[in-house]
Amino acid sequence: MIVQVLRRLVTMAVTLLIISALVFFVIKLPPGDYLTNRIMELRATGEASSVAKAELLIRQYGLDRPVWEQYLIWVGLMPGPVGFSGLLQGDWGWSFEYDKPVADVVGDALWLTLLVNVTAVIFVHLVAIPAAIYSATHRHTIGDAVVTVLGYVGLAVPGFLLALIMLFYANRWFGLSIGGLYDASLTNRPWDGEKLRSLAAHLVVPTLVIGLGGTAAMIRRMRANLLDELAKPYTVTARAKGLPPTRALLKYPFRMSLNPFVADIGNLLPHLVSGSVLVSLVLSLPTVGPLLLESLRNQDQFMAGFILMFVAALTLVGMLISDLTLVWLDPRIRMGQR
Amino acid sequence: MSALLSIRDLAVAFRTETGRFEALHGLSLDIPRGRTLALVGESGSGKSVTAQAILRILPRSAEITRGQMLFDGGEGPVDLARLPEDGSAIRAIRGQRIAMIFQEPMTCLSPLHTVGDQIGEALRIHTGADRREADARTMEALARVGFPDPERALRTYPFELSGGLRQRAMIAMALIMRPALLVADEPTTALDVTTQAQILALLGRLQDETGMAILLITHDLGVVANIAHDVAVLYRGRLVESGPKAEVMRRPGHAYLKALIEAVPRFDMAPGERLTPIRPARATIPPAREAPRLSGPVLRVEGISKAFTLRAGRLFAKPRIVQAVSDVSLTLEGGRTLGLVGESGSGKTTVSKMIMRALPPDTGRILFDGGAGPQDVHGLSGDALFAYRRNVQFVFQDPYASLDPRMTVRQILAEPMEIHGVPQAARRERCRELIAMVGLEASALSRYPHAFSGGQRQRIGIARALSLEPKLLVLDEPVSALDVSVQAQILNLLKDLQAALGLSYLIVSHNLAVVDYMADTISVMCRGRIVEEADRAALFRRPVHPYTQALLAAVPDPSLDHPLDFAKVTGEASDPARWPEPFRLAPEEAGTMVEIEAGHRVRHGALATQKAA
Repeated sequence: MIVQVLRRLVTMAVTLLIISALVFFVIKLPPGDYLTNRIMELRATGEASSVAKAELLIRQYGLDRPVWEQYLIWVGLMPGPVGFSGLLQGDWGWSFEYDKPVADVVGDALWLTLLVNVTAVIFVHLVAIPAAIYSATHRHTIGDAVVTVLGYVGLAVPGFLLALIMLFYANRWFGLSIGGLYDASLTNRPWDGEKLRSLAAHLVVPTLVIGLGGTAAMIRRMRANLLDELAKPYTVTARAKGLPPTRALLKYPFRMSLNPFVADIGNLLPHLVSGSVLVSLVLSLPTVGPLLLESLRNQDQFMAGFILMFVAALTLVGMLISDLTLVWLDPRIRMGQR
Repeated sequence: MSALLSIRDLAVAFRTETGRFEALHGLSLDIPRGRTLALVGESGSGKSVTAQAILRILPRSAEITRGQMLFDGGEGPVDLARLPEDGSAIRAIRGQRIAMIFQEPMTCLSPLHTVGDQIGEALRIHTGADRREADARTMEALARVGFPDPERALRTYPFELSGGLRQRAMIAMALIMRPALLVADEPTTALDVTTQAQILALLGRLQDETGMAILLITHDLGVVANIAHDVAVLYRGRLVESGPKAEVMRRPGHAYLKALIEAVPRFDMAPGERLTPIRPARATIPPAREAPRLSGPVLRVEGISKAFTLRAGRLFAKPRIVQAVSDVSLTLEGGRTLGLVGESGSGKTTVSKMIMRALPPDTGRILFDGGAGPQDVHGLSGDALFAYRRNVQFVFQDPYASLDPRMTVRQILAEPMEIHGVPQAARRERCRELIAMVGLEASALSRYPHAFSGGQRQRIGIARALSLEPKLLVLDEPVSALDVSVQAQILNLLKDLQAALGLSYLIVSHNLAVVDYMADTISVMCRGRIVEEADRAALFRRPVHPYTQALLAAVPDPSLDHPLDFAKVTGEASDPARWPEPFRLAPEEAGTMVEIEAGHRVRHGALATQKAA
């Protein structure tokens, strides 16, 4: 088992390295970069001091070197102008757009992104699982039809539209300030009780908006899975043993139908991050989604590279978690490893 | 004393898309205490519906429309038909007073829970026992049904067990509460003959010990003849015949039962005697064709072996090697049938896969002669391999899983021809020809597989295998998933097609009666080796090897005059180290094949060979 995990960790490291190369070269594909564009702009306006600073940055980050050298410096596998200083050493680079280290720009956004998305994932499961169980066991009833229709509506309504509507009514009925993850007046306060309360109140709308599409999809799939499992002979065995219906349902078919969802955890996290960009923009959430969009547009290469690497790492960690959970849940997989 | 369960005028109806459909039309039946009642019928006759109705586990779309089921398990009669669905009253009876075992022991146990957990569960819900107590009682139950190591079995998962052990676990689960009635729905249909005999022996022994009544649902008259006390025959939802076994089986009154007895392959059939299917099929057998003259056999397998490596779990542990097939040689003459017989795990399927070139052998070679002289199958490539694929086709065991549910029958039949470049017009013509050949209407071509019964699907499978006019058909248990009533049809069809088309068959099966009916020569496999080979007649007249004898002894005969000797079916016959001299083989020992009469060879151990020399 431990050997398996170690083997997985090594593959993960290799995968991350390959992804980093892809990410870097794709970002570099368009001609020019943020700084050369900026320098051209500055030259046109004649601001010599700024040009000097930009040229300093170019040298400092080795942007005048060949692309593959730039890549190795960025990862931290090759000494740059200031020695080894790349992702491996914990230096995430410089955001030219914000004129600050990437770490400072991204800072809070990273864990707020995680918070919003993990909340959304929990919400999805809390709502979808009971709804799917109800709908599968009450097939062809009015309740099932209602769940199904709501599910389709959830699938069909675009998240940003829902976000706009909810913002409007949240403000109108509950007086919640629009957008953000905490009240605008608290932006520069340290994380104290008041700010946390504000955060909790502001989380409700994004969670609903981001989670709803996923919930609808999950209800549909879980219901279909459960219906398959309910028809399996071991469900009949459980009934023939005299198990009460609910216990029989939860112990056997439900447990079996969980597998595909556990296997999906790995995909869920990055999907929520990239899928929530639009919603984050509309709700002006301080998450990494909008930052990524902006940095890609401005060719702010270190910032974009770092965020993409963050999403990739998230995916791999998610996959690892789902594989380990599967091994723990399903003896067939556990024994298959022998 | 009154009957344990007395069913009166029971009717069950299903709601279907085309309206209501009555599966049972007023069934009346008494299940006596302490005896075994066999409920016989083909699929669709309503026998499984009866079992489900008794336990009230009918599918949602079915309901009991009238009648009563008085169950008197010692606390006064209860009408099972009147108890509320899934209420506490019926739940207290399920698993405690009436228990059930099913046909498919793999799918009836949850793969995610240990055997111990699933068996002990009945005890925990009915008596509120805690886990320790339940474990102790479960171990007792496992020991009673013959688990070699009950303590270890507690923590194993169903997929780690063989089919026989899984069914034993199911029986342990059903019997842990010592029910008054055990409903057994085709409990041995999915098992090997030897395992079947062991399970039947076990059921008989447990009945003697506990005095329970058994309602045995089966379509196998051999099973009925061997363990039932009374017989009831169902036909299309009605009881057509019932009474003590001797009376019913010796003097079948109803035409249906007579037909059923005629339709089963038996060992005492005269040479050339044909089975009489219950419903004759109207297949258009093409006129006989002259098969190409071959100088030698169409297929010659020369000493093939195959080992599988199981991945080791620990870092430095050696991977485990399983020798699935060792040094197997076979010869199949053109236009003839070779039967390959053995229990599951004997390596017979691995051999057939190597012949199909789905697996490469480790050593040895396979020679196929399609008319242009023998060629090494595993040396073929490119066009020669493509031609080989055309010449050798496969018929699968499970007609449900082997047809794509999303393709029409025409697409299924045409696909091989499409791959092999038969022009469109010829394909359409050939499809019509094929479907007539296997006795289906031309209108079947535009329908999907789900519209057909198991027997009809198997016909479609055969038609697909024939579409490219192959020379050799590999038939892997072609009828073991089918009802007896259609087995005869399929077997006769295969025989007719062979005679007309000059086909050669390799038939792989554990059912000796089927192989006896079909094959010209037979090879018996055990643990990856051939232990005996002979002409069909010689083998059945004089089986020499103890393993062959055990296989033959385990086949339940539908005639009452040849009861199974349950004492002989201990399962020891598949262990080469326990065979008597001169057959005994030490572990890893190969032994040698010794000819005892012309064409009849048996494997002897090294010790015996030395003595002879």
